[in-house]
Amino acid sequence: MRYSGFRVIKEALMGHSGWKPIWRTPDPQGHYDYIIIGGGGHGLATAYYLAKEFKQKRIAVLEKGWIGGGNVGRNTTIIRSNYLLDGNEPFYEFSLKLWEGLEQDFNYNAMVSQRGILNLIHTDAQRDAFIRRGNAMILNGSDAEMLTTAQIKKRYPFLNTNDARFPIKGGLAQRRGGTVRHDAVAWGYARGADSRGVDIIQNCEVTGFRIESGKCLGVETSLGFIGATKVGCAVAGSSGRLMSKANMRLPIESHVLQAFVSEGLKPIMPGVVTFGAGHFYCSQSDKGGLVFGGDIDGYNSYAQRGNLPVVEDVCEGGMAIFPALGRARILRMWGGIMDMSMDGSPIIDKTHIDGLYFNGGWCYGGFKATPASGFCFAHLLTNDAPHPKAAAYRFNRFEKGLMIDEKGMGNQPNLH
Amino acid sequence: MIINHPLLGPRDSAEFIYLGDAKLIDRPNWQAPTAAKDFYEYAYLRDNPAGWHDELWFHEAGDRSWLVVTRNTLTHEISNVALARDVARLRGRSK
Repeated sequence: MRYSGFRVIKEALMGHSGWKPIWRTPDPQGHYDYIIIGGGGHGLATAYYLAKEFKQKRIAVLEKGWIGGGNVGRNTTIIRSNYLLDGNEPFYEFSLKLWEGLEQDFNYNAMVSQRGILNLIHTDAQRDAFIRRGNAMILNGSDAEMLTTAQIKKRYPFLNTNDARFPIKGGLAQRRGGTVRHDAVAWGYARGADSRGVDIIQNCEVTGFRIESGKCLGVETSLGFIGATKVGCAVAGSSGRLMSKANMRLPIESHVLQAFVSEGLKPIMPGVVTFGAGHFYCSQSDKGGLVFGGDIDGYNSYAQRGNLPVVEDVCEGGMAIFPALGRARILRMWGGIMDMSMDGSPIIDKTHIDGLYFNGGWCYGGFKATPASGFCFAHLLTNDAPHPKAAAYRFNRFEKGLMIDEKGMGNQPNLH
Repeated sequence: MIINHPLLGPRDSAEFIYLGDAKLIDRPNWQAPTAAKDFYEYAYLRDNPAGWHDELWFHEAGDRSWLVVTRNTLTHEISNVALARDVARLRGRSK
């Protein structure tokens, strides 16, 4: 079923009786060419691109709960490609280009909105760093623009430019950045994959891998054994838990990140604003809620809920830069589990076990990477070689000293 | 979270800085033939368990002692707190 304006009008006239479920609920087959573990954004995107771009068949996505119930439904929906380092920026720019064509590509309204992202500057040193980053972005074919305080005031009049502890001295803007309706990303990829024959199997928990003589033959699940030629793991947040079943230790710790949404308000925040110096960022959803967050809680956790000190810290950051926020009430807050890697950058690579592939370590930046992550992981699964845009995301970079450490924090995951 | 400090009693976890897995106490022998591999694993690989986890917390806003906190990563429940100094000595370290 393709969506179109004509179709919407037709269904409106017929009482919306013609809409059908947009993916099947199949029983698992005994063997697949590809099994993707994890029915989140990255796993569904991988299955979609495997089927569509790489023309592969006999693919299954196994999901423990329901698809899109993990981090793809818990993030703050921001897309951007404002990275500094060579290992990262081409990959994220590739991702942003895929976002720009995504809705046409999978014929689903994901509400991709390029409303722009603005990183605020408060000091000379920060200005130097952001000019350098902006140049790196432009060199990699992306867009970047330095804004003056006057330009920022015009677009965001409610920001505290006068007497803040961190006075706003300018900003780095990426106009092509923005927000996306996150659930629709999961549903759009699921629908696109399903219509190309991918089996999306929900409520199917992987309980172990069947590995014989260094080769992965398939997975043990709550629905029994399922064989596969190649198994791809895309369960960021739970990577440690899953890969321990293959006796793998990862350069990753799991941490909880909280996010918040206020009651619905009239339009006040036209784009995304990040206040790095105060550990706060904010955008406004199309329903009107202010969506904001800050730092991770900072200790290992799989609990999907955080603690109050970070709530206070985030709200203080918000009040410092955006005092009007104090008039809004927080409607909801929640936590998601991040794969915090040792250098703050992800991994898309083969493991040492034949037929077992890994995609994870996305820290708190996995949502914007969804299309490119799926594309590059599908490329790796098909060709057994990394996609050129993701060639730096290897397991062995820590052993070789080739870390991709945007913040220069070293091997301390809770500081990235 | 409240951390029951062995010397100071119950303290807010916000007074502490988190370092990570308490296995970091067991620094590899730099003279071993496998030292390069050992230090790679020590510095970069983690068990990252879902469940009970021994971890190092530093009482930065307090008495600046290092603690080994046994905490459940699924529930945030804390079952045991010890001075890292005592734990290290029990494992054969001189200090």
